Amino acid sequence: MASRYIANTPHEQKQMLGLIGAGSIEDLLVKIPAKARLPRPLGVAAAMAETDLIRHLKALAGKNADADSHVCFMGAGSYDHYTPSPINHLISRGEFLTAYTPYQPEASQGTLRTIYEYQTMIAELTGMDVANASIYDGASSLGEAALMAHAVTDRNEIVLSRSVNPLYKRVTATYCEGPAIRLRDVAAPDGVTDLAAAKKVVGAKTAALVVQTPNFYGCLEDVAAAAELAHGAGALLVVVADPVNLGVLEGPGKLGADIVIGEGQGLGVPMSFGGPNLGVFAAKKELVRRMPGRLVGATVDSDGARGFVLTLQTREQHIRRAKATSNICTNVALCALMATVYLATLGRRGLVRAGELSTAKAHYAAERLTKIPGVSLRFAAPFFKEFALKLPKPPERMVTRLAKQGFLAGVPLKTFEHALADCLLVAVTEKRTKAEIDAFAEALEKAVA
Amino acid sequence: MAHTAAAAYDKLIFELSSPGRVAWSLADADVPEADARKLLPEKHLRKDAPALPEVSEFDVVRHYSRLSRMNYGVDTHFYPLGSCTMKYNPRINEDMARLPGFARLHPLAAETLAQGALELMHALAWDLAEIAGMDAVSLQPAAGAQGEFTGVLMIRAYHLSRGEKRTKVLIPDSAHGTNPASTAIAGYEVVEVKSLPNGEVDVNALARTLDTDVAAFMITVPNTLGMFEPRIVEITELCHAKGVQVYMDGANLNAILGITRPGDLGFDVCHFNLHKTFTTPHGGGGPGAGPVGVKAHLEPFLPVPVVTKDGDAYALDWKRPKSIGKLQAFWGNFGMLVRAYTYIRTMGPDGLRAVSDNAILNANYIMKRLEKDYDVAVPGPCMHECVVSARRQKKLGVTATDIAKRLLDLGFYAPSTYFPLIVEEALMIEPTETEAKETLDQFCDAMIQIARETEANAAVIHDAPLTTPVRRLDQTKAAREPDLRWSRRP
Repeated sequence: MASRYIANTPHEQKQMLGLIGAGSIEDLLVKIPAKARLPRPLGVAAAMAETDLIRHLKALAGKNADADSHVCFMGAGSYDHYTPSPINHLISRGEFLTAYTPYQPEASQGTLRTIYEYQTMIAELTGMDVANASIYDGASSLGEAALMAHAVTDRNEIVLSRSVNPLYKRVTATYCEGPAIRLRDVAAPDGVTDLAAAKKVVGAKTAALVVQTPNFYGCLEDVAAAAELAHGAGALLVVVADPVNLGVLEGPGKLGADIVIGEGQGLGVPMSFGGPNLGVFAAKKELVRRMPGRLVGATVDSDGARGFVLTLQTREQHIRRAKATSNICTNVALCALMATVYLATLGRRGLVRAGELSTAKAHYAAERLTKIPGVSLRFAAPFFKEFALKLPKPPERMVTRLAKQGFLAGVPLKTFEHALADCLLVAVTEKRTKAEIDAFAEALEKAVA
Repeated sequence: MAHTAAAAYDKLIFELSSPGRVAWSLADADVPEADARKLLPEKHLRKDAPALPEVSEFDVVRHYSRLSRMNYGVDTHFYPLGSCTMKYNPRINEDMARLPGFARLHPLAAETLAQGALELMHALAWDLAEIAGMDAVSLQPAAGAQGEFTGVLMIRAYHLSRGEKRTKVLIPDSAHGTNPASTAIAGYEVVEVKSLPNGEVDVNALARTLDTDVAAFMITVPNTLGMFEPRIVEITELCHAKGVQVYMDGANLNAILGITRPGDLGFDVCHFNLHKTFTTPHGGGGPGAGPVGVKAHLEPFLPVPVVTKDGDAYALDWKRPKSIGKLQAFWGNFGMLVRAYTYIRTMGPDGLRAVSDNAILNANYIMKRLEKDYDVAVPGPCMHECVVSARRQKKLGVTATDIAKRLLDLGFYAPSTYFPLIVEEALMIEPTETEAKETLDQFCDAMIQIARETEANAAVIHDAPLTTPVRRLDQTKAAREPDLRWSRRP
C-alpha cells in the first residue's frame, strides 16, 4: 500500500532509476554486505489507518489522570500554569515548527528574532546580563552550570544545598562523572539551606555553591547571604529559579548570583509527562565566553539593515569539537518560543499578577489545609506557591484515594527524602480557584480522618 | 524561478509596547488576602515590575505571524540539509501529542495514574530496539548529543565494572562535532582517526590504533559522505577482539530502516534522533529526542528509571544499582515520544522500509543529475544523502557559501556546507523520502543554473541573497561587539 508520506509513484521510481542507470533500488544497496542485511520485515506492528490510530492513541491517553480530568495540586518542578491560547497557534505555524537551527541566518530571521527576544526577557527576569537560547531542562541546565563553574574557577567541588530539587542533583552528578567533579551536600533541616553549615563546606576547592529559590520544598532562600558566602570563598553562586515566579520575586542576579538556571516549563510549556521542558540558563557577561549553548546576537546586513545571527560560535561543538564548552546541539527552541509568546502575552503587569495570584492562593490553601486535624506545615520558613504538608496518614495512599475524587493531590516526598515520608508537597498556581481549594480540603479532611 | 521576499518587517516585540495594553486574562483574586507584599518578606520581592512588553493579544499574534514569515521551514521550502533529515512532519503527530491525557499529564503522577503514558513508552522502546537490532532502549536523552553522552557514559561504566580503566575514544575525522564534544565531557581523551580519501575507515590504521587503552570506537553509519561503510562488520569484530565497544551515531538511520540494523552489524550502542528519522519537528532547533539502544551487556547501566512491564501493569524501575544515573529531571521528551510512536504505527514495517528505499533513490537521483556540473565527493551509489564539492566553482571565485546563499534566492534552503570537514567546499545534500521528483528536479535545475552562472555571471551569486528579509549578515561584528539583548535606544 502506498504511504501518504512518500510521494514517488512506481512510475516515477522507474524514471528515476532509469536516469541513475540502476535496474532497481536493490541495485543501489550493493555496498551493504549481504550477511548484514535484515532478511525479514521489521517486527513492528502493521501500519494503521489514521482513524484507527487516533482511536488507539486516545485510548492510551484516556488511561492517564491528567490536569484536565483532575484538579492539579502537583508541582515539584512541573506546574499547571495558565497557558494563553495564542501560544499553541503561533508555535504551530509551519515556518516556526518545521525550520531547522538557524544556521542560514538570511532564511531564519524569524527564529533568530524570537530567540533574541527570549534572551532579553530571560536576562531581564533573572536579573542577569545574558541568557542563552536554551538547554534541555532545568536539571541538565544545572549539570551544564556545574561544568561551567568548574571550567571558570578551575576548582573541583560543587556544593549543593539539600533543598535543591533531588532530581536535579542526580542529573548534575551524571554531568560531573567525566571530569570527576565532587558533589558535596549542605543540610537544610528547617526547609532552607543551613548557611552556617554551608560556611564550613564552601572553601578553596569550591567551584560553586548551588541554592534553589523557592527551593524544592517551596521555601524562599536567602540568596544574598548565599552569594556573600560563596564569593567570600572565591566560588561562584549558582541559583536555581523558576522564571514564572520572577514577576514577584527578585531576580537572583540582583542578589549576587553568577549563574541563574531554571525550569521554564511554567512559561506556557505543557507538562507533557515531564518533557520537552525548557532549560533556562543566564549568566554575568564576564562569563559569556564560557557559556554552553547557542547565543543569538544583533548585527547588520550588507545594506546596513538590522539582522540577527548565531554568534560566539567558537564556544560550540560544531567548531571546537572536543574543546567545546558543551556538547549541546539541538536544544528546545520551540519551547523557548512558547516562553517568548507567553512573556509577550503576560507582559509587564500580567506576570506580576499571575505571581501574586499564585502566592495568594497558595497561602490560602496552606491556611485552609492546616485547619484539618493532624495536618500541618512541615516547615515554618516563608514559601511562595508550594509547601510541604505533614499528613497523619501515608501520603501515597491519600494521593490514590483523592485521585478517585478528581484531585491530583500533590507529590509524596518519601521517594525523594525518607525523613519526609509523612509529607506531601502541594503546589497551588494562579489557575486554582477558591472553590477547588475548598473542595480539595474537604476531600483531604475525610481521607485523613 | 520567482521567489517573493517576505514583506519588510523590522520590529521586536519590545518596540510594539504601549503602556497599559494587555494581552492576558486572569480572574480577580477569590481568596481573602491577595497582596503578595503582605504574605512574603520584603527582601525576596522584586523592586520594580519586569521590563516586559505591554501589548494586545492581536499585537502578539500579528508580530509572531510576521516573524514566522521571515523563516524557511520544511512546510514552505525544500530543505536539503545533509545529516539533518528535514522530512515532512505529519500533523497527526502534533494532534496526538496534544491530547490532554498526554500533554496535560504531570510527570510525577503515580504510576497507576499514568499507565497509558508508560505503555506508550514501553512499546516505543521495544519498537526502536527492533528497528536497531538492540536489546534495550532508554528514551530519556533529550537530543542526539545527550544520547551520545549517555552511550559513552554507559561504555565507561561497563569497562569500569570489569576493572578496566580505558582512557581513549577513537572518532573518525569525518564525524559530527557532537561526537568528540560528548566524548570529552564524558571524561575521555578523543583520538581522531584519519579517513581514507573516499571517506571510509582506514581499517589497517584503525587496527594499529586499537589497544587496551581504547574504550570505544564511535562512527556514523552511513558515514557523513552518505556512503555505507563496506567493511563495517569486519571493523566491529576487530574492535571487539580488543575489548573495544563500538558506538553508532544514528543521525543517518533514515538510510537503513528495515535494510540492516546497527545491532546486526556488531554495534554495542546506538542513538536515535527522533527529530530526524522519526518525523518529530525540528522547531527551529529543538526540542528533539535522542533515545539510546544497547546490547544486553550494557543494559544494567541504562539511565534510571527504566519503564518495565509486569503482566498488564507498567512501572518505572529505579532499583538499578549499576545505572549511570539521570540525564534530565524526568523520563525523556515525552511529547516527542508520542509523535515518534504515532509515526511508527502509521508506517508499519513495509512503510518504514519504503522510507529508506525512497530516501536512497532520491539522493542517488540528485547525485546523478549534478555529477556533470559539480565534483561528486565519492562515486555512488550513495545512501540517503550525497556530498558534492564546489572546488571547481571555487577556482572561479564562487564558494560553497555563495552557492548556499544563491539557493536561498532561488527558493530553496541550503544544503549543509563545509561538512564533512574532509571534503573541500562541501555541499551535503539530503533530500529525504518525502520530497517528490519534481521538487528534486527543480532543485537540481537551480544547482545547475548556479554552476552556469559561476562561469558567466558570478556577480549574481556574490550579491545573493537579494530576496530574503535581510542580506548577508556581518558575523564578525556580531562576535566582536556582542549584542545579546535588546535595550531601549536613548
